Amino acid sequence: MMTKKPLFNRNLTQKLGFSLLTLMAAMTVIPIIVVVVYIIYAGGGAVNWEFLSGLPHDGMRQGGIMPAIVGTFYLTLGTAAFSVPIGIAAAVYLSEYAPDNWWTRLIRIAIINLSGIPSVVYGLFGLGLFVLFLKFGTSILSASLTLSIMTLPVIISTSEEALRSVPQSFRTVSISLGATRWQTIRRIVLPEALPGIITGVILGLERAAGETAPILFTGAAFFLPRLPHSIFDATMALPYHLFVISTQIPEMPFQIQYGTALVLIIFVLGMNIFATIIRSRARARRQW
Amino acid sequence: MESNLNWKEYVITRAIRAAGYSTILFVVLIFYFLLVEGLPTLAEVPLSNLFSIRWYPIEQYFGILPLISGSIIVTLGSAIVAVPLGIGTAVFISEISPRWAREILKPLVELLGGLPSVVLGFLGILILAPYLRVLLNLPTGLTALTGSLLLGGIALPTVVTIAEDALDAVPRAYREGAWALGATRWQTIWRVTLPAARSGVLTAVMLGIGRAIGETMTVMMVTGNAPVMALSLSAIFSPVRTMTSTIAAEMGEVSNGSVHYHTLFFIGMVLFIISLIVNVTASAVVFRSQKRAEKVLS
Repeated sequence: MMTKKPLFNRNLTQKLGFSLLTLMAAMTVIPIIVVVVYIIYAGGGAVNWEFLSGLPHDGMRQGGIMPAIVGTFYLTLGTAAFSVPIGIAAAVYLSEYAPDNWWTRLIRIAIINLSGIPSVVYGLFGLGLFVLFLKFGTSILSASLTLSIMTLPVIISTSEEALRSVPQSFRTVSISLGATRWQTIRRIVLPEALPGIITGVILGLERAAGETAPILFTGAAFFLPRLPHSIFDATMALPYHLFVISTQIPEMPFQIQYGTALVLIIFVLGMNIFATIIRSRARARRQW
Repeated sequence: MESNLNWKEYVITRAIRAAGYSTILFVVLIFYFLLVEGLPTLAEVPLSNLFSIRWYPIEQYFGILPLISGSIIVTLGSAIVAVPLGIGTAVFISEISPRWAREILKPLVELLGGLPSVVLGFLGILILAPYLRVLLNLPTGLTALTGSLLLGGIALPTVVTIAEDALDAVPRAYREGAWALGATRWQTIWRVTLPAARSGVLTAVMLGIGRAIGETMTVMMVTGNAPVMALSLSAIFSPVRTMTSTIAAEMGEVSNGSVHYHTLFFIGMVLFIISLIVNVTASAVVFRSQKRAEKVLS
């Protein structure tokens, strides 16, 4: 049947194809490693106790970045305070209660939409609703609320997946023993799904901790040589601080820039790695 | 006791349902605030001004076309980087790599997804831009090209993760069938696995591009921020400015309620509508193919 001899022997084609794909994977992964290693190398020298605990001075060209670290910590906590309860409850609704109807489909479309809205548009929304309309001002509260709506889709979709992976038979048995629906969720389903939910929460908060655009006009302070006094105060934050010192301030020492970048990626990637560990440990322990 | 329990159950169920429905409320609120603050632009700025090629708000020139063209050129550039690399990497992870390599590659790609965009922008300013300036002999390294390359890196994890999920979901029997008929692994990937995962891979590409259009900090830091209309392909080597970076760069300096303020919200509204279209289409593709798969399997 094969009258024409192909230019390449098919085994050779496969070899070439596989080499190409391997090369592509290498091109994706190697820059990631180089970037992380380089920042650790270039920023490592700057990070010491004084840098972590000191206040910036001399137009931020000297001193530490403590207010930015604490600010990012506050923003992450504030985000968690709103997005974790709402996100987990919404996931429980979708996984345990929601009927298969038009409204549920609308909720799913809304979540997909929230996940795709550009971060700077969240910033505009936060400015319009929280800062101006509700008069919270440029504050930790406004920024946290803005970030928490942005993190909701991540928390909802990962938590829902975790809840759905709990076998249906667990629920059936619990209900047949006389437990109510909520008791079943509270005592059986949620504890079983907890590691997956925690992973989702951390991945969502990780995104919030690293974002700059949503807090630009809702809560970030260019320079604040003290800690915020209340949730109605603006705050410095690590990602915004890195933006400021790498674009807005001339003759910024490289050491401080790389040091700030390093602290930021340790903060964010630390959360990422923590989430990965919880997930893989939970997978290994799972017995069904 | 019994009635107390019922009452508690009722309240909790209501609260949980409210949380579910709140997601719809948030989307509506976001769109509402963009409309309220953005639509006045249409009354304040003549359409011939709004759709002109000059963005210079201080002198009342509000032409958004250069910003749209900036977004398009940077996004297309990033797609050229992220789509082939992303799909190639996804195929490698799902079909070729040994198990141990897969266990390393997947978390690494997720790690890239977790890197704050401001860090990539920072490295772009300090390393990539000066390098490209010397390499290509350009007057400045802060160009659409620099933005495209970094944005490609930002879109990559989205493309890889979703495409890999799609490939992974292709039933093993498809591949075994092809091997049994004498196809090589390479032929199986090209003729069986990838076509079977087509809709998922398409979704991956769309969501990756959606991610790139919406990215703000990286492009603001490395594209040079010149609102110049991109008229030819050579614009990739010159500074541009995207819709997102315009909002981020100028919102801090405008007074609330001014024409400029409304126009920035109008741009946000355009971005919102673009992301709405991209995401709803992408999820419709997945939804349809799920239905088809159910039909085939039943």
